Amino acid sequence: MVGLHKSEFKNPLVRWIDTRLPVFTMMQNEYGSFPTPRNFNYFWNFGALAMVAMMIMIITGIFLAMNYVPNTALAFDSVERIMRDVNYGWLIRYVHMNGASMFFVVVYIHIFRGLYYGSYKTPRELLWMLGVVILLLMMMTAFMGYVLPWGQMSYWGATVITNLFSAFPIVGKSIVTWLWGGFSVDNPTLNRFFSLHYLLPFVIVAVVFLHVAALHITGSNNPLGIEPKGPQDTLPFHPYYTVKDSVGICVFLIVYAALVFFAPNFLGNPDNYIPANPMVTPAEIVPEWYLLPYYAILRSVPNKLGGVLMMFGSILVLFVLPWLDTSPVRSARFRPIFRQLVLLLVIDVIVLGDVGAHRPEGWWVVVGRLATTYYFLFFLVLLPVVGKLERPLKLPDSISKPVLGGGGPLPGGAPAKPMEKA
Amino acid sequence: MRRIPLARLILGAALGGLLATTAARAADDAKLPKVEWSFSGPFGTYDLASAQRGFLIYQQVCSNCHSMNQLYYRNLEGIGLTEDQIKAIAASVQVPGGVDDNGQPIQRPGRPADHFRAPFANDQAARAANGGALPPDQSVLELAREGGADYLYALMVGYSDPPADMKMQPGMMYNKYFPGHQIAMPQPLQDGSVQYTDGTKPSLEQEAKDVVTFLAWAAEPEMVERKQMGVKIILFLLLLTGLTYAVKRKLWSDVH
Repeated sequence: MVGLHKSEFKNPLVRWIDTRLPVFTMMQNEYGSFPTPRNFNYFWNFGALAMVAMMIMIITGIFLAMNYVPNTALAFDSVERIMRDVNYGWLIRYVHMNGASMFFVVVYIHIFRGLYYGSYKTPRELLWMLGVVILLLMMMTAFMGYVLPWGQMSYWGATVITNLFSAFPIVGKSIVTWLWGGFSVDNPTLNRFFSLHYLLPFVIVAVVFLHVAALHITGSNNPLGIEPKGPQDTLPFHPYYTVKDSVGICVFLIVYAALVFFAPNFLGNPDNYIPANPMVTPAEIVPEWYLLPYYAILRSVPNKLGGVLMMFGSILVLFVLPWLDTSPVRSARFRPIFRQLVLLLVIDVIVLGDVGAHRPEGWWVVVGRLATTYYFLFFLVLLPVVGKLERPLKLPDSISKPVLGGGGPLPGGAPAKPMEKA
Repeated sequence: MRRIPLARLILGAALGGLLATTAARAADDAKLPKVEWSFSGPFGTYDLASAQRGFLIYQQVCSNCHSMNQLYYRNLEGIGLTEDQIKAIAASVQVPGGVDDNGQPIQRPGRPADHFRAPFANDQAARAANGGALPPDQSVLELAREGGADYLYALMVGYSDPPADMKMQPGMMYNKYFPGHQIAMPQPLQDGSVQYTDGTKPSLEQEAKDVVTFLAWAAEPEMVERKQMGVKIILFLLLLTGLTYAVKRKLWSDVH
């Protein structure tokens, strides 16, 4: 395929570039005329929202890194200096700090959307798996970012989480020493966490690129879970979904701004405003809220290695989800039993989050174990079995039929192009 | 269709979880007294007169044991002190001034650009002077405690004789609100601990309120600017959301 691209753009400069490097044609195809199912609900905003959250995190992070000092003696003070003496430093830091929470909120809803509407099913398995890779990278990045202010929870969180690897037989202790760069969490640990916290976001960007590229091969799923059958089922991405995503972005920013400006420390832990002290262990060591469900699973297993394996397993199971679900029907709307089970899973994960925030005593242990059991039962047993036994409701003939009430004529303002990819 | 119950279910579960967490936390310790703070709420600002009285208490009481390392004397402009007042306050303390021509360390009067002077040279000295307990740095103390300003206020007014059945460790005081109820810090404030120059009656409650207002300001000196900016930004975003939604409705009107 060597040869100049035949550009359709009129502007001479755009045309000159596009002929040699058809980025404008690509953008036009992928974000302009890209045929998108016409029946998205607002759950389909969350991919775009995640993209916005990611960009905000990277931009604020770059400016924070200009003023932050990754040294155990200076880190805490350098963060306070950002808060007090750097122009609008408090704004940049609060946007970054709460941005992590907003990013996870958005991504968790995005994942729920995928689960509920069966977006992980063929042909979108790889798309889903790339998403799970992004989730894992996000968790690592967030964890290392939380260590940087070098408060009490930073230090002890880092100690607890890195120590998890000591559960592995024989090599465990060596892995932990290797991770720390020494024999306890100390300056070398902080240095490498800072380095990796700066690196991983760009790895995330690269995987997001692959995630989006895969999406543009398969096309988007939709609330009905049936493939578009022709141009009457789709709309060009622009302006229909650019404007619909914009509405979502505005609402997202309102919630975000409310947190940043009026409750910037609401989701944080007060202990992290105490400088790290290896001699004093906080009464309770808890991770940030978005990691609590995994923490609950970890502590629900009486055996340390078992807990660690279950915790990693809770994410790894998502990789094989496309093959665990045996039902050919995607959307939960047409799967009455699955629908109940997946909603129960949402409640289950919220309960796990609550359990993770409490000391594992009394009823919390029982609740934690029950919730952990349901989590794995859902993926490993219920999904394969229900897919075989359940009788799905009748699927509609096409997307346009329920929307237009009978596959009516094309609307005047919607010049849907013939399908290029889906 | 059947999407409303779904949303309700999830919202309900989330709220339920949140309430359970809050309830569990509250049950741990004595309920904190509710104080009306000038700085609470989305339009709250610091009561500067109160913060200045609080600074007086910090100078005369707290700073004998507690450091406030993140603050500079120049920051006191934020509670409404004038440049001359700040110069005088800074000059009233001696700070390390580098070395003289013979290489001997010297002391000089403080300047507005200096950090608040710490009462002890290091943590060990602080512990030695306080029966082994380390008085925490007060720069961000208001953010570093569960309950924030309410907790600090409660701690100031929570001293009493221990219950008859409680065995106290030597040198420890009883405080209703301190975790474990045994605190190494003797009751710092009493009625009339300081003389206010503005005629305010220095009751224990008034002093506690003033010093906590000062500590809250010290922890988040940007709060007023932050909230004022937040109001503007949220109003702007509401307007933008309305406009965007109107555009969306118009664009989609021929699709539905």
